[in-house]
Amino acid sequence: MSENSQPKLANSALTRLVLVLLPLATMLVAFVWIASLDPLRSFNNGAPPVEALTVERTILDKTGIGLQVRAGGSDPMVIAQVAVDDAFWSFTQDPVGPITRGEAVRVQIPYPWVLGEAHVVKLLSNTGTAFEHEIAVAVSTPKATKSQLQAQALVGAIVGLLPVALGLMFYPAMRGVGRAGMNFLLALTVGLLAFLLIDMTAEALELASEAAALFQGSAMVWLAGLASFLLLMAIGRWRGQPEGLALAYFIALGIGLHNFGEGLAIGGAFAAGSAGLGTFLVLGFALHNVTEGIGIAAPMLRIRPPLWTFVALTLLAGGPAVLGMWAGSLAYAPQWSALVLAVGAGAIMQVMVEVGAYLMRQNPDRQAVLLSPAVLGGFLGGIAFMYATAALIKV
Amino acid sequence: MSTVMDDPYAAPMPGMAHGNMTTIGLVDHARNGFDPTTMLTDWETGRTEQLPDGRTLRIFEVDAIDKEIEIAPGVFFPAWTFNGRVPGPALRAKEGERLQIIFRNFGSHPHSMHFHGIHSARMDGVPGAGLIGPGEEFIYEFDAKPFGCHLYHCHALPLKRHMHKGMYGLFVIDPDPALQLEHAAAAASRVLGSPENAEWQEMAMVMNAFDTNFDGGNEVYACNTVGQAYMNVPIRIDKSRPIRIYLLNVTEFDPINSFHLHANFFNYYDTGTTLTPTQRTVDLIMQCQAQRGILEFSFAEHEPGMYMFHAHQSEFTELGWIGMFDVQESTA
Repeated sequence: MSENSQPKLANSALTRLVLVLLPLATMLVAFVWIASLDPLRSFNNGAPPVEALTVERTILDKTGIGLQVRAGGSDPMVIAQVAVDDAFWSFTQDPVGPITRGEAVRVQIPYPWVLGEAHVVKLLSNTGTAFEHEIAVAVSTPKATKSQLQAQALVGAIVGLLPVALGLMFYPAMRGVGRAGMNFLLALTVGLLAFLLIDMTAEALELASEAAALFQGSAMVWLAGLASFLLLMAIGRWRGQPEGLALAYFIALGIGLHNFGEGLAIGGAFAAGSAGLGTFLVLGFALHNVTEGIGIAAPMLRIRPPLWTFVALTLLAGGPAVLGMWAGSLAYAPQWSALVLAVGAGAIMQVMVEVGAYLMRQNPDRQAVLLSPAVLGGFLGGIAFMYATAALIKV
Repeated sequence: MSTVMDDPYAAPMPGMAHGNMTTIGLVDHARNGFDPTTMLTDWETGRTEQLPDGRTLRIFEVDAIDKEIEIAPGVFFPAWTFNGRVPGPALRAKEGERLQIIFRNFGSHPHSMHFHGIHSARMDGVPGAGLIGPGEEFIYEFDAKPFGCHLYHCHALPLKRHMHKGMYGLFVIDPDPALQLEHAAAAASRVLGSPENAEWQEMAMVMNAFDTNFDGGNEVYACNTVGQAYMNVPIRIDKSRPIRIYLLNVTEFDPINSFHLHANFFNYYDTGTTLTPTQRTVDLIMQCQAQRGILEFSFAEHEPGMYMFHAHQSEFTELGWIGMFDVQESTA
């Protein structure tokens, strides 16, 4: 029997290959047959093709209105005419010609838009289908100039780097706390992360609904979040459960992704003219984010990290806000912003699980500690603080 | 951040003269099978026979046809047409003639021809009186009266859809000068083919609009169907000869439409049933749906040049209902 097993194995491998190739070949033949014979033509009831156009980005400048438009129709689409505020207007399209499914083009309209006022752009296809795009408040779109990038970096630093650094400055004061205090701080961290998770998921789903249908926004958000969560869990537990410095870095990463998303939102809103970036709003963001530093510091209280660790953690958690500002105002597209936020939500989920596990490992009574006054108070306090300070920044 | 804001009082953006207010490209009139420029003077007079009592019998043949037409460059509309054109043929007869309109329905829906005129209930073109299904034929018969600038349209239901799909046209009845004591000369000048009529530059204009996405609002406005047709090809005017426009409004969804002439004034004969103007020396008239009238004016005292005309609802103007008279010295 054992002598036979070797050739039989090879034989079975060959058989398996054939068995895999057979359905693949059948699929190929079937697709060619369907494409060439069009057996579905009896369903052709004379209905016009399904058409879809999504405006992903609006650029207003001295040359008029520029739109990045993505087609998602069943057939290639033609933009025949463009009307702005119920007036046909000349336009150029780059690249020219019919727009195939999934392709994006730039439509440039030399329209003298009015600062601070609303405009409606109507794209009329060759079948007469109209796609309307509202510009709620017309302002000049920021350009990637040095002064512009610097100004945005400053705002990013205020809403991202500053509060994380401030939060981490509580580290020396936090070091002396006892077990209950430690439990409180860790639960506070989980609470603020819970708020961020809900906030980011909602934000991601809202953005996803603005994206072209072919990106399947909702599915993309949930699956990207799940994938990000699972991958980070696997990486985090490569060498046992993360705690101490490793856990702090994971928290910083999750918060960094959140701050990137926050930067995207601020940058995008600023580019779209829907938010004047007032000092009050920026300070609101800073206050809102102070707890993030405390959260990052919480798992490191039992060790003595070198000073540069704090710099690295601040940059990891707060720096992405600057990158987000730039990306949001200069290269905004709803589906990519939604994707980043979904990945961030997965990362937040991962650190919530790990901080929760760490909290339970720190206490001999494991399950019971979860409902102790310190833990419950910390958790609810964290959520409440985030909710209350968020009122300052939601406009 | 305030440094990047634009000065709201700055000069207009360079290279953006408002001359960009235009459709892009040109409509293929040959594919449509009708051209707004030739349509202006394309009167359908049918064929005539002598009746035993000496009167003239005038016979028109009109077919209802489904047809996709290009209403603005690159924008196609699934129209229902009379004789393959929108507006339908501009029927023209003379007061007192006996009229026969042989109507055949080659379309996919029931249709009719409802004439604004004086006729019996049986000839009214409403359900039960000359409204026919696909493949059927009906002959409308009545006397041409009263003289004036009238219209016909399909009266199948729902009326709104049958109207805005393109089923309408001018129906002009020229006055019989013999019946006019006081204004015989004016009447004679309106009779197509008469020597008095020959000096006039007559034009048929139908103000219409198209709801291309069927949401109850129009996407394209026009005079004679094609948006901005007379901007792309201005109407040539011999400045030494007077101008008479037979104007009809069939715009659906919007309560009124209007006609405004630049740099000039005109006399207006509402419904065209009088030989003296109902409004004198105006440069703007309004018409509700199915209202129509005759405009008379002259550029004789003007210097040659481009003279604009358009609806004075800016929205209609900028969505296509705008044109130019290219007034030139007489070449004759």
